[in-house]
Amino acid sequence: MAIEVRIPTILRSLTSGAKSVEGSGDTLDALLADLDTRHAGLRERLVDDSGLRRFVNVYLNDEDVRFLGGLTAPVNDGDTVTVLPAVAGGMS
Amino acid sequence: MRYDSLLDAIGGTPLVGLPHLSPGPDARLWAKLEDRNPTGSVKDRVALWMILAAEKDGLLSRGTTILEPTSGNTGISLAMIARLRGYKLVCVMPENTSAERTALLQMFGAEIIYSPAAGGSNEAVRVARRLAAENPDWVMLYQYGNEANARAHYETTGPELLTDLPEITHFVAGLGTTGTLMGTGRYLREHVPGVQIVAAEPRYGELVYGLRNMDEGFVPELYDDSVLTSRFSVSAADALRRTRQLVLAEGIFAGISAGCVLHAGLALADKALQTGQRADIALLIADGGWKYLSTGAYSGTLAEAEARLEGELWA
Repeated sequence: MAIEVRIPTILRSLTSGAKSVEGSGDTLDALLADLDTRHAGLRERLVDDSGLRRFVNVYLNDEDVRFLGGLTAPVNDGDTVTVLPAVAGGMS
Repeated sequence: MRYDSLLDAIGGTPLVGLPHLSPGPDARLWAKLEDRNPTGSVKDRVALWMILAAEKDGLLSRGTTILEPTSGNTGISLAMIARLRGYKLVCVMPENTSAERTALLQMFGAEIIYSPAAGGSNEAVRVARRLAAENPDWVMLYQYGNEANARAHYETTGPELLTDLPEITHFVAGLGTTGTLMGTGRYLREHVPGVQIVAAEPRYGELVYGLRNMDEGFVPELYDDSVLTSRFSVSAADALRRTRQLVLAEGIFAGISAGCVLHAGLALADKALQTGQRADIALLIADGGWKYLSTGAYSGTLAEAEARLEGELWA
């Protein structure tokens, strides 16, 4: 099972510079735990006691996971997960 | 249609069906054309309501300087209204925004302070906050947190949509300050059971996300995610492709955020078709394509346009 996880620039120090890494799991939570076994500290940058960190956005196949169940969102083989920092909206 | 002056002509924009892009008679797309506002964007509504609210609160008088972090549309709207009302305007804008924005702002007499391209609008907000602290007599309306922003949409955009499309099932708009979705979304949810409020968020270039510490992010104070049903991230490539599709299939010359919105709208329409549900999807077309012509978004091949736009398209 392979799920592509795209990593923002600021976190690439934890993935040896890789822009994307692969992992597996049935839910986003399980996927992050899996990634953490190979990229120590990654999970903690994204998740705190109350769930996804406030300034972290995670998209599952381009859809914000906060509307798909957050950490409990189901993930499947072939899915793409994109992690991005929350930024001010442009063009306003 | 007759108005006493230009400011009275803000809003009341047309809702136009998209017969060529709509996948079927039961899954229809509709475009609300906000370029049909005095300065050419949806922000005319927001600028007017923010200024009226500030006047009501006694914050503005002739000669007051208004300060605003803006990558263009809000600044242009504020510049026009400030001009008419006798206020000065200072805009803080990322340096890599298109040439047309600078030209329009200066034409209305606004002063521009450029913030670094790296960090995009986040950086503009930071610079503006510093300037506000250094100039206590300036008034920062702050579109990202000003309730009058969302209120403008609650009081005007939402009601117009309901009047023109009482059968609305989905509302799709770009997510920037979040004002459009918060205000219009709240209004529609109050009046249309089961309506879906969908955000189409541009995926910016690396420059905008930069080397920002994940703890230093930015979430507009207006944002309340309970108003949304879903939120999509749309790549620059998809946004560009859809913006061109809007021109070629429906004759609508819109700005790039319209491409984001169309991309999400088409996905919703297809989903409705698959599940056999009727859909009447309203797409908020925030502005026309004029300010983006110099970016090359509408000329050459799609691949060429994408390459040209990397880092420049979004600020």
